[in-house]
Amino acid sequence: MPKRDYSLLGADARRAVETGLAAADWYHTEVARKDMKALMQRANSPAIRDTIVLFACMIAFAAIGIALWPSLWSVPFWLAYGVLYGSSMDSRWHECSHGTAFKTPWMNDALYNIASFCMVRNPVTWRWSHARHHTDTYIVGRDPEIAIMRPPVFFKLIANFFGLFDAWNGWSRMLLNASGKIEAQEATFIPASEQPKVIRVARIWVLIYAATLALALAMHSILPLMVIGLPRLYGAWHHVMTGLLQHGGLADNVIDHRLNSRTVYMNRVSRFIYWNMNYHVEHHMFPMVPYHALPRLHAMIKHDLPAPNRSIAQAFAEMWPALRRQLASEEYFLKRALPATAKPYREDLHAAALGTAAQ
Amino acid sequence: MSQWIDACATDDVEEEDVIRFDHGGKTFAIYRSPDGQWFCTDGLCSHEQVHLADGLVIDYMIECPKHNGQFDYRTGEAKRAPVCINLATYPAKAEGGRVLVQIG
Ligand code: FES
Repeated sequence: MPKRDYSLLGADARRAVETGLAAADWYHTEVARKDMKALMQRANSPAIRDTIVLFACMIAFAAIGIALWPSLWSVPFWLAYGVLYGSSMDSRWHECSHGTAFKTPWMNDALYNIASFCMVRNPVTWRWSHARHHTDTYIVGRDPEIAIMRPPVFFKLIANFFGLFDAWNGWSRMLLNASGKIEAQEATFIPASEQPKVIRVARIWVLIYAATLALALAMHSILPLMVIGLPRLYGAWHHVMTGLLQHGGLADNVIDHRLNSRTVYMNRVSRFIYWNMNYHVEHHMFPMVPYHALPRLHAMIKHDLPAPNRSIAQAFAEMWPALRRQLASEEYFLKRALPATAKPYREDLHAAALGTAAQ
Repeated sequence: MSQWIDACATDDVEEEDVIRFDHGGKTFAIYRSPDGQWFCTDGLCSHEQVHLADGLVIDYMIECPKHNGQFDYRTGEAKRAPVCINLATYPAKAEGGRVLVQIG
């Protein structure tokens, strides 16, 4: 097998289009229209409650962190603030990009823009990128959001627990966009009519960072950067931890989300930070079901899905050895057993692309 | 002037909902608005080829089930990215418990 080419402009991208792997019709568990309609219903109250809790905690932790600065006693408060900024905002960015968090559109858009800023993801670029991730989930050469490419680069994965590559990428893209340019691969999925918006947002962000930096210089202190910017690094670990589990070690180039996505049962705090995206197979199969309805959707369709991982630790124990095996063999992936009640994997949809399954 | 075609029974669609209708090798979406009016558009989203009838009707908006692109189904106008291209619309009406559409 030739090496995978993850470029959106490369050989695998062309092959995916030619073979029909791109923009394919994916397997869905059957759900009655009446039930799906009920699951898709929007509500404001769960997201308003969660957003008030989130911002109240952020303000409180940052205020205590500032008050105790530069004592070591401030560290736990920065760590808590950082996780809410550098990780909770990832899931808020995600859910609001789907437009499903709130019923009221301006609320989705407002939180989406704040979260995009915190995560250093241009809200226009990433709306299109995430649409592609849902159309072509883990299709090599098509999906711009493949977190673990094969063979895995462990140094990069671990460095990203501190946001190093992701944030660097975000800030350098921001500067590129602010200079009036769009990266060539991104231009493949952002329509020309939307590209001026990418540039406008990047310029506003540069101004915000410039003001923060100026304040830090005037104060001779990194304190302003502890509030804006640096939490993207020191608080990233939780979203990377949960994000790697979404698809890590599973199949690529398949058209059945049960083969390439992972549902993991998590503790309440992680579910709050992650906004229920631990129900990841369910989310990919039915992306219009809001985060607060995912536990109900899970209960409804779990008979057709591989058994969820029981905890974050257990999921890592499953995924990590698989990633290590991919170092030796790019074709290796985990293929989890389905319960007797499930319809078989739709391997016929992508038979030509499948590698060697785990035993 | 093209003919009215019998698409479905009025009881087949709840208020504020949508149903798929295939005819002549094409697929359409038929909507019943919250105030009981009938509308018809192309059945596939203009972003990618996804059936809008699997989406959610909110007031006069149909949300695509794939990426939450939104259209005003009365006019076919694209209202929310990633949809940028409007849908074609077709006349629809209810008569004697049946829904009729003028397509083609
Ligand atoms: S397929 Fe309809 S919004 Fe993308």
